Amino acid sequence: MISRGLLRRLGGVLFLALGLLTAAATLPRPALAQGAAPDISAPLAQLATDKYDDTEAALGALSVSGSPAAAGIVAALADGRLMYSPATKQVLIKTPEGGLTDAATGQPVAEAPPGLKAVRVNNRIRRAIEAASGTLALVDADPAKRLAAASAVMRSRDEAALPALDAALAKESDARVKSALTLARASILIGKAGVPDAERIAAIATVGGEGNQDALAVLRSVPADASPAVKQAAQGAIAGIERSLAIWAVGQNVWYGVSLGSVLLLAAIGLAITFGVMGVINMAHGEMVMLGAYVTFVVQEAIRTYNPALFDASLLIAIPVAFLFTGLIGVVIERTVIRFLYGRALETLLATWGISLILQQAIRTMFGPTNREVGAPSWMSGAFELGQLSITYGRLWIIVFAMLVFVALLATLRLTRIGLEMRAVTQNRRMAASMGIRTNWVDAMTFGLGSGIAGIAGVALSQIDNVSPNLGQSYIIDSFLVVVFGGVGNLWGTLVGAMSLGIANKMLEPYAGAVLGKIALLVIVILFIQKRPRGLFALKGRAIEA
Amino acid sequence: MSTLTPQPVLLGRSGLVFLGVVLGAAVLVPLLNLATSPDSALHVPTYVVSLLGKYLTYALLALSVDLIWGYVGILSLGHGAFFALGGYAMGMYLMRQIGPRGVYGDPVLPDFMVFLNWKELPWFWHGFDLFPFAALMVLLAPGILALVFGWFAFRSRVTGVYLSIITQAMTFALLLAFFRNDMGFGGNNGLTDFKDILGFNIQADGTRLVLFVLSALALALGYVLCRFLVRSHFGKVLIAIRDAETRVRFTGYRAENYKLVAFVVSAMLAGIAGALYVPQVGIINPGEFSPANSIEIIVWVAVGGRGTLIGAALGAVLVNYAKTYFTSGLLAPYWLFMLGGLFVAVTLFLPKGIVGTFYEWRDRRASATPADGGLPEPKPAE
Amino acid sequence: MSAADTLEPESAPVEAIARKDLTEALLYLDGVTVTFDGFRALNALSFTVDPGEMRAIIGPNGAGKTTMMDCITGKTRPDKGDVFFNGGTTDLTKLDETQIATLGIGRKFQKPTVFESHTVLDNLRLALKGQRGALANIFKRETAAEREKIDAIFETIKLSEHRHRMGGDLSHGQKQWLEIGMLLAQDPKLLLVDEPVAGMTDAETAQTAELLREINANGHSVVVVEHDMTFVRDLGVRVMCLHEGAVLAEGTLDQVSANERVIEVYLGR
Repeated sequence: MISRGLLRRLGGVLFLALGLLTAAATLPRPALAQGAAPDISAPLAQLATDKYDDTEAALGALSVSGSPAAAGIVAALADGRLMYSPATKQVLIKTPEGGLTDAATGQPVAEAPPGLKAVRVNNRIRRAIEAASGTLALVDADPAKRLAAASAVMRSRDEAALPALDAALAKESDARVKSALTLARASILIGKAGVPDAERIAAIATVGGEGNQDALAVLRSVPADASPAVKQAAQGAIAGIERSLAIWAVGQNVWYGVSLGSVLLLAAIGLAITFGVMGVINMAHGEMVMLGAYVTFVVQEAIRTYNPALFDASLLIAIPVAFLFTGLIGVVIERTVIRFLYGRALETLLATWGISLILQQAIRTMFGPTNREVGAPSWMSGAFELGQLSITYGRLWIIVFAMLVFVALLATLRLTRIGLEMRAVTQNRRMAASMGIRTNWVDAMTFGLGSGIAGIAGVALSQIDNVSPNLGQSYIIDSFLVVVFGGVGNLWGTLVGAMSLGIANKMLEPYAGAVLGKIALLVIVILFIQKRPRGLFALKGRAIEA
Repeated sequence: MSTLTPQPVLLGRSGLVFLGVVLGAAVLVPLLNLATSPDSALHVPTYVVSLLGKYLTYALLALSVDLIWGYVGILSLGHGAFFALGGYAMGMYLMRQIGPRGVYGDPVLPDFMVFLNWKELPWFWHGFDLFPFAALMVLLAPGILALVFGWFAFRSRVTGVYLSIITQAMTFALLLAFFRNDMGFGGNNGLTDFKDILGFNIQADGTRLVLFVLSALALALGYVLCRFLVRSHFGKVLIAIRDAETRVRFTGYRAENYKLVAFVVSAMLAGIAGALYVPQVGIINPGEFSPANSIEIIVWVAVGGRGTLIGAALGAVLVNYAKTYFTSGLLAPYWLFMLGGLFVAVTLFLPKGIVGTFYEWRDRRASATPADGGLPEPKPAE
Repeated sequence: MSAADTLEPESAPVEAIARKDLTEALLYLDGVTVTFDGFRALNALSFTVDPGEMRAIIGPNGAGKTTMMDCITGKTRPDKGDVFFNGGTTDLTKLDETQIATLGIGRKFQKPTVFESHTVLDNLRLALKGQRGALANIFKRETAAEREKIDAIFETIKLSEHRHRMGGDLSHGQKQWLEIGMLLAQDPKLLLVDEPVAGMTDAETAQTAELLREINANGHSVVVVEHDMTFVRDLGVRVMCLHEGAVLAEGTLDQVSANERVIEVYLGR
């Protein structure tokens, strides 16, 4: 969705800006801690010669100096703000505001020495700057930065960082950073020449304990001339990581599958009522979903206009509105068209298809043929990590929502009076009628319920799909397949059907690609229906047999 | 249908009228195109000839659907797939005829393959430079798909709604497949920019007239074939299957084989319709596989009257004429309202369709002596 | 392999008798059990029908009469037990409806099922024994012999003057007869007739009994399931009472209706 993309991009920009601000704020800080500062006069002198070899040597020395000023000097060099005076051999930092500070002490310098020049930088020096700032970050005051630096070292496996790592490890107190540093150190040791086998195998064990892609890359870097014992240990660790990664990958696919399954469940569950329970081949079902999505759009527009503060609650407000609106449309359709067609299942298909065309065109006329923007409330955006799984709040809420709708529908059918009457009419219409149940009214209510549920689904689907007049068309085939696959007339079948199709789809995708996976799934369902024409959970009683 | 005296009549009065109209059009339309001056009120411009030719291929397609829906009770929501396959077979022939005249000038590879950087013609494109082979494929591609699909479906007794839904899934799967560039059928854009057919310029007026005449002949022959089939003993078994499949099995007939034969014949007819359609409209793309197209065919048949054959053809022409008429003018935004309303109105008020209702009225009027070799009354298959 | 080999070994003493029955019987059911969702529709049902025999089967609702017919005609596969035809030469549990029909077992349904949008004549034509292949039937022409056979059947079922009416336009009783006529046209060795006189007038019932006796006299074996005791008495044949999926009593109608357990089942004590 455009709006969410935009929001995310805006967020990114904000984050970046924030980062820059903090970076700028931290720059002058070394000035505060000058008391027990280690002596960095030697590297400063080297910088003042402005020879590349000297500059590189100075960077190496600075990065392990432990001086609080080192980070500021390296950063200034990177930005071309590190100045020296060829005459006085003084090294100064030009602040972003244009002032000058002394590189060693951080004290402002009131009067600039004459002939001030920037220390020159070439590609070799840039690489050295990167290495130095990485090493310096290892001892940064901010634990998050130290952690990131440790990970960066682990990925680069730069042997030169080893002394800095050792120094940082000795000082580190944060447990997470410490383990990241240990890992980075182990990563370097694995590939480093001349490390004793025992130490190397210990390193392999350390890295192997971290079951991710980075660890895998590290373990694959064991030199070809390593001893068999080391190689064996590495291979064992690699196999272990690959196994665990494979399991996580399956887990991630299952998660995507459950997420897709919930979408399918939402799309299909209303159809499980109108088609599964009533036997109406409701081709307008998709349009009920579409109407629900447009109700969401209208509700959001109204909130934006009259009370923007309520925006985060817009979906919650849209749910009952969509249910009532599409439910009402459903009742009208049932009373004017469907009720004349009971017992002629295939003709309900034609009539409802006609209705779907009319509804699509009506929406197109009112709202235009293009996509309308439905925004995401703040609680639907973002993501978190669970082990190696990445879980977005949007997906999570849709799964939760699908389950809530399912349970609510089940409860309605099982526990309420109208649910009881619906089941009675389904099982034996004449008997129900003779017991005083108004079967006409129950028919209308049942169709209204199915349509209303479809409308609710539309509220949720407006968050993940384009809200356009064609929205419903993309769900109708899948919905029918889910209901038929699960077993007509059985809500649990619809749940299991939706989940199995969703998960199967996502499991097939890595091997076959999205389109071929979908095709394969369609073929599988077609073959399955040959095998079990009544679906997974065949129900006895009133069958949808045409 | 056998009435008071057994009638071995193949066509009956309405059948003869129908054939007369179709064949008359085959003569008259080209005549009015060629023999009248463009200013004359009677002149039929070439674009109208092609438009009418398109309607006729739709009529043949509707006929093929009526054969299985009206007489066997199989509501196929995937018949557009057979039409499209026939169309693609013809389109592949037409692509190969372009030869080095394509934009990229490759003597063998169609433009889209050059564009995709393919070096060699895929194996399934071989032979399509020969018209007889392509013509065979027009029949075999839909026929074999129908054979395999039907063999599985009918043997395991998938019927009614379930069958309808899996036929829809079938055409949907094909839609997705043909959209893929890797499939080698031109992906999204399909096959187009045809130059000539059997050496004749496909844009030339003469070619267009011949294609129109061929479509009319195909429709006439298709009608006679369907009519022959449904009036044979075989056809009586089909109708019996539609009304009481179990009884048919207990009478010793293999219902699945009867359905399969009808389904395959129907698919091949649809394929022929597709093959005649493509050169007249000049393009075939995956959109023809879309489930909505297949459902629309059902409406043509329902409007005309299912189980009447003539009605199917009539419905196809009427609905498509209305579509052309309304989608081109001021009323264009309302076309879908009208089409949708038509679906609803026909199912509610005209369940037997135009021709079915006419037959009913005629039979009631002449109930003492049911005339004609009229058809068995179409009964809902449910 | 003799089909009798598949008999359950523990029934050794019975086996000798069973074997004899098997080779002589036209229809042979042994230990047939069918369960639907835990409900035992047939409970080790065993009986035989001899060639040329007519047998009436009575029993309260849910006794398993229709399920029994389903098992014989291939509509339902038994969970356990044997169903053999033609002196044990054919195992019916391995065949489907069409194969069984072609073997010579005709079935009339409880609800009369004729082809409603075909004429009475076409109904009989469709049922007439002969070519069943799909492709061959595209070009089938009616022979003089077939026409004669159909005329003969019209004589038997007394629907001659209705031959050009639509099957769906017939009265209930006429449909029942048409269906019996269709069975005759199939020329089966065995006719399974489910409630042929339901919804008929007394006169029609008597005529139907006459019709079935005539069919039986012409060499067809017949199994009739019926509730109507007058009708069963008119048939005057061996009667079997089913209850809870098994044979409760067997004998003449008088013997069966005097049986205490039968009375108990019917009258509920």
